[in-house]
Amino acid sequence: MTAYRDAVRTALQTLLREDERVFFMGEDVGRYGGPYAVSKGLLEEFGEDRVRDTPLCESTFVGAGIGAAIGGMRPIVEVMTVNFSLLALDQIVNNAAVMRHMSGGQFEVPIAVRMATGGGKQIAAQHSHSLENWYAHVPGIKVLAPATVQDAHDMLLAAVEDPDPVFVFEHQMLYGVEGELDTEATPPSPWKAIVRRPGTDVSLIAYGGSMHKALDAAEELAKEGVSAEVVDLRSLRPLDKETILESVRRTHRAVVIDEAWKTGSLASEISAILAEDAFYDLDAPVERVCTVEVPIPYAKHLEEAAIPQVEGIVRAAKRSMGSG
Amino acid sequence: MKLDISRDHALALLRDMIRIRRLEEKSAELYAKQKIRGFLHLYIGEEAVGVGAMHALRKDDNIVATYREHGQALVRGIPAGEIMAEMYGKANGCSGGRGGSMHLFSAERRFYGGHAIVGGGLPIAVGLALADKMKGESRVTACFFGDGATDEGEFHESLNLAALWKLPVLFLCENNKYAMGTALERHVADAEIADNPRAYGVPADSVNGMDVVAVNRSVHNEAELVRETSEPRFLELRTYRFRAHSMYDAELYRTKEEVEKHKKHDPIEGFQNRLLAEGLIEQADIDAIEADAAKEIADAVEFAEQGEWEPIEDITRHVYARDLS
Repeated sequence: MTAYRDAVRTALQTLLREDERVFFMGEDVGRYGGPYAVSKGLLEEFGEDRVRDTPLCESTFVGAGIGAAIGGMRPIVEVMTVNFSLLALDQIVNNAAVMRHMSGGQFEVPIAVRMATGGGKQIAAQHSHSLENWYAHVPGIKVLAPATVQDAHDMLLAAVEDPDPVFVFEHQMLYGVEGELDTEATPPSPWKAIVRRPGTDVSLIAYGGSMHKALDAAEELAKEGVSAEVVDLRSLRPLDKETILESVRRTHRAVVIDEAWKTGSLASEISAILAEDAFYDLDAPVERVCTVEVPIPYAKHLEEAAIPQVEGIVRAAKRSMGSG
Repeated sequence: MKLDISRDHALALLRDMIRIRRLEEKSAELYAKQKIRGFLHLYIGEEAVGVGAMHALRKDDNIVATYREHGQALVRGIPAGEIMAEMYGKANGCSGGRGGSMHLFSAERRFYGGHAIVGGGLPIAVGLALADKMKGESRVTACFFGDGATDEGEFHESLNLAALWKLPVLFLCENNKYAMGTALERHVADAEIADNPRAYGVPADSVNGMDVVAVNRSVHNEAELVRETSEPRFLELRTYRFRAHSMYDAELYRTKEEVEKHKKHDPIEGFQNRLLAEGLIEQADIDAIEADAAKEIADAVEFAEQGEWEPIEDITRHVYARDLS
C-alpha cells in the first residue's frame, strides 16, 4: 500500500529522472520537504537547480514557470494551495491559457501546476477553498482532480507530458490516504471519467475528496437496498460528458457532489449538461450536494456542516429515489 | 559633442525610426477609416527607445514587449505587412489575426509578444531567462515595460526573483512619464525609478530615451554585461509619447503646451539634424529612406487588404494542441 503523497513523490522522481527538461519549484518544496511532505528527499536527490524553493511570489513563480515552458523546459510548479493560487490568477488566465491562441499557435505552454485544495482540516476560511471550477471555466487550460493513489501518480505524469497547461488539484485530506500503486501498468486516459462502483438505481457523480464520500454513501445506500453507481469525474476540463450521460441514461437519477459552493459550481455545469442532453432520461430532478454558501468556518461542527458529507449524499440519493 | 558613429550605423538607426513613424501614422489613418479596430497604442515619439535597444540586442536574444510594441516588432524583422495584417485581423497577420495590435508574436524571431496586462510580461521574461540558464544558453532576455508597470507587484517580484536566481534578464523600463493617464509623480512615491532595482541588488542606470545613439550604446553595454555575468540589469529609458495613450484617449491629463514642449525633442528630427550638421548624411539619404518607407508601408497595407479572413469554422483552433471540442 502506498500513501497518496508518496505516489505524487514517485511520479515527481520518475519525471525528474527521465527528462532533463523537467524541474520542480514552489514554496518550501526543497529544504522543508514540501508543506504536505510530498517532495521530501527530492532536493537531496536532484539538487538546487532542479528542485527550487521559491520566494513567496505566486504570480511571478507561476509566470516564470510559464516563461520557462515557452522556453523549452517542462516545469512542474507547486502552488502550495488553491487559496494562494489566487495571487497567480493573472498569469494563469491572462498568460498560460491564452498564449497559444493569442500567438496564432506559435507558442505552447507545457507547464504542470499542482496544488492542494478543499477543506476538512479546521484551517478556516482562507485555507479551505475549493475553486477548481474557476479554473475549469477557462479554455486553454486543463484541469485534473486525482481522487485515488493511482491517479495521483498517473495524472502528474500525464500533466507533464501534455503540451498544454495542466492544473492538478490534490484534495488536502487525501495526502495520507493509502491505496494500491502500480507503476508498471498502462494508465487509463486521464481525460476520461471512470465508474468506480457500478450501480443501477442512481448515479453519484463526484471528484477529488468528495469521491470517497460518494463511495461511502453508496455503501450505506446498498445496506438499504439502493444500488448507487459512483462516477469519478477525474478530469474537470475537459469534462467527459459521454461517461456522465451514459451512466445517467442507465440509472435515470443523478446526484452531483461538489465541495465548491453550489452557485456557479461544476455541479451546476453537470446539472445543465444533464438538463440539455439527458432530460428525457431522468426519472427525478438532479440533486446537488455542495458546500453551504458561507466561508468555511473554523469550528469543527460548523465546518462539517458546511461541506458535503456522506449523510447528505445518502439523503439526496433517497430524495432522488422518491424516498427521502 | 560629435557623434561617434559610422555612416552605415547612423543610417540604419534613422531608417528604422522613420519606418516606425510611418507605420504608426498609417495605422492611425487606418484606424480612423475603421480598417483597424480595438485598442491601438502608437509608438510615435518613443522610436529612439525601440530602435536603439533592438539594434543593440542579438538576433538570438529573447524579446518580451508590451502592448505598445509595433516598433520593436518591426525592427526585430516581423514584416510590416504581417504587422498590418494582424491589426486588420487577417489570417496572414503575424499572430493569425488572433492577437491584434497588442499581441504581435514571432516564434522564429524569438519575439514573445505583445503583453497587454501591465507588468504581466515580466515573470514570463524571468522564466525565459531561467530556461536559458538551465540549458546553458548565453542569450539575454530583454524585457520592455512602461513606468506604470513599476507600480505592479509582479515588477518587484520579478526583480527579486531574477536577482535571487541570477538570471540573465535585461529589464528595460520605457518611462514615458505616464501610466496611461496618470503622471509619474502621481503614481509612484519615488519618481527615481532606478531606485527600485537597486533595492533588489540589480544594477540600474538611466538614459535619455529621446537620443537613439545614447539608447543604443547603453543597451548594448547593459546587454553584454548581462550576457557576461548571467545576472539581471536594469535600464530606464526616459522618453515621451507624442500621441494619445490609445485611440480612445481625450488627453485630459496633460496640456497641449507640455506635449508641444516635448515635440521639440523629436527623436527623429533631432537625429536627422545632427547627422546633417555633422556631414554624416545628406538630404538625399533622408529622401531615399522616406521613399523606401513609403513604399514599404503602402505594400504592407496592400498585403493586409489582400489577406484572407480566417473561416469562422476554425474558431476553436489554437486553444489546445489538439481540439477538444
